Amino acid sequence: MTRDAAARLVSLAAILGLWVVGAALTADPTILPGPWKLLGPLWHEIASGELPFHLWKTLVRVAWAFVLAMSIGIAIGTLMGTNPEADRWLDPWLVVFLNLPALVLVVLCYLWIGLNETAAITAVTLNKIPNVVTIVREGARSLDPELDAMARVYRMPRLARLRHVVLPQLAPYIAAAARGGIAVIWKIVLVVEFLGRSNGIGFKIHMYFQLFDVGMVLIYALSFVVVMLLVEAAFLRPWESRVRRWRTA
Amino acid sequence: MIRIHVRRKAFGDTEVLRGLRLDLAPGERVAVLGPSGVGKSTFLRIVAGVDRAFEGEVQRPDNIAIVFQEPTLLRWRSVLQNLTLTHPGLPEESARAMLRRVGLEAKAGDYPGQLSLGQQRRVALARAFVGRPELLILDEPFVSLDPALAEEMIALTESLIAETRPAVLLVTHVRAEAERLGERIVRLEGSPATLV
Repeated sequence: MTRDAAARLVSLAAILGLWVVGAALTADPTILPGPWKLLGPLWHEIASGELPFHLWKTLVRVAWAFVLAMSIGIAIGTLMGTNPEADRWLDPWLVVFLNLPALVLVVLCYLWIGLNETAAITAVTLNKIPNVVTIVREGARSLDPELDAMARVYRMPRLARLRHVVLPQLAPYIAAAARGGIAVIWKIVLVVEFLGRSNGIGFKIHMYFQLFDVGMVLIYALSFVVVMLLVEAAFLRPWESRVRRWRTA
Repeated sequence: MIRIHVRRKAFGDTEVLRGLRLDLAPGERVAVLGPSGVGKSTFLRIVAGVDRAFEGEVQRPDNIAIVFQEPTLLRWRSVLQNLTLTHPGLPEESARAMLRRVGLEAKAGDYPGQLSLGQQRRVALARAFVGRPELLILDEPFVSLDPALAEEMIALTESLIAETRPAVLLVTHVRAEAERLGERIVRLEGSPATLV
């Protein structure tokens, strides 16, 4: 575990090193400022409350879209993986939505629902659901029929069956969907904010893009990357290792 | 009384079972003998109530237990939980007593993956008997075991049946097993298969 952590730190330090070298080579802070040049403005943004405010707005949207996309995606994926009839009917929809560019869905949601929070979260959720469905469906197809028969014969209640028989078999697939999902979701949230919201990281990036302020774009983008890394380390990874405990015991 | 009547069971156009009738009195032990692939497992799934897409009717008690060819345990739950989760309302003490009975008291907190195959099968037997079932279904439970382990498992099954006295429906292709565990032997034969 410490080896693992050390490798992570060194690897992150290498990215920082690359940045420093790149900044030295361009030697133009308006194109690529060195990391140390951002510390002052970063502190100013934090102290003024500007950065925490927009960070929070984006985080709330990510959380909403994540929870909605995961729960709807798991439900549809399980249905499609266990019911061939449903799979036949829903598969064409899945293919259409998988191939619809994120940008098109975002624009259409804004046009149809309006420039509001509902449209923003709907757009992100709709973008993510097909991926979750595809992964979870794969998991549901590989559910063990013998275990299902066992649970039925012993008359395990429906909820207990879901919790102790089905979900543990789906857990690796759900974890894969969640990890890939959270990254994709926050990228799409930025696009949504860039196009039609007046707060959030994406909005600030849009603003500083128009001012050609590379430094501020980097500050906002990277601070959110840090938050997402923390979320992964604090929630996703511990949860994953807890549900995987029986494999390594 | 357990009454089984399967008029017809087909997968698509392929008829698998036809005209099966079998009655079991409480505590009666019946062995169904038949070659591999004749439809024994299909028959058992109908009796167990897992497969409901057939013509006919089955009268069965509520409290049924089943032992498969494989242990079929919840590998992500502890040995003890494998007993308690499949029997809601079962006191933990009864589950522990059953594990003691099959010699696995010390393994209650382990995951099934940490046990040997023989121990996992004993957990499957403990799970089957802990609820004191009225009907016990055994689906080739000793196939793919080496002779020594098979003998150990058959002996344990025999003594557990003697203690709990469920009606037993055993399906196997080994005549020796059928004769040892069954009071009455019926054969499943033909295509579509029927009892003779």
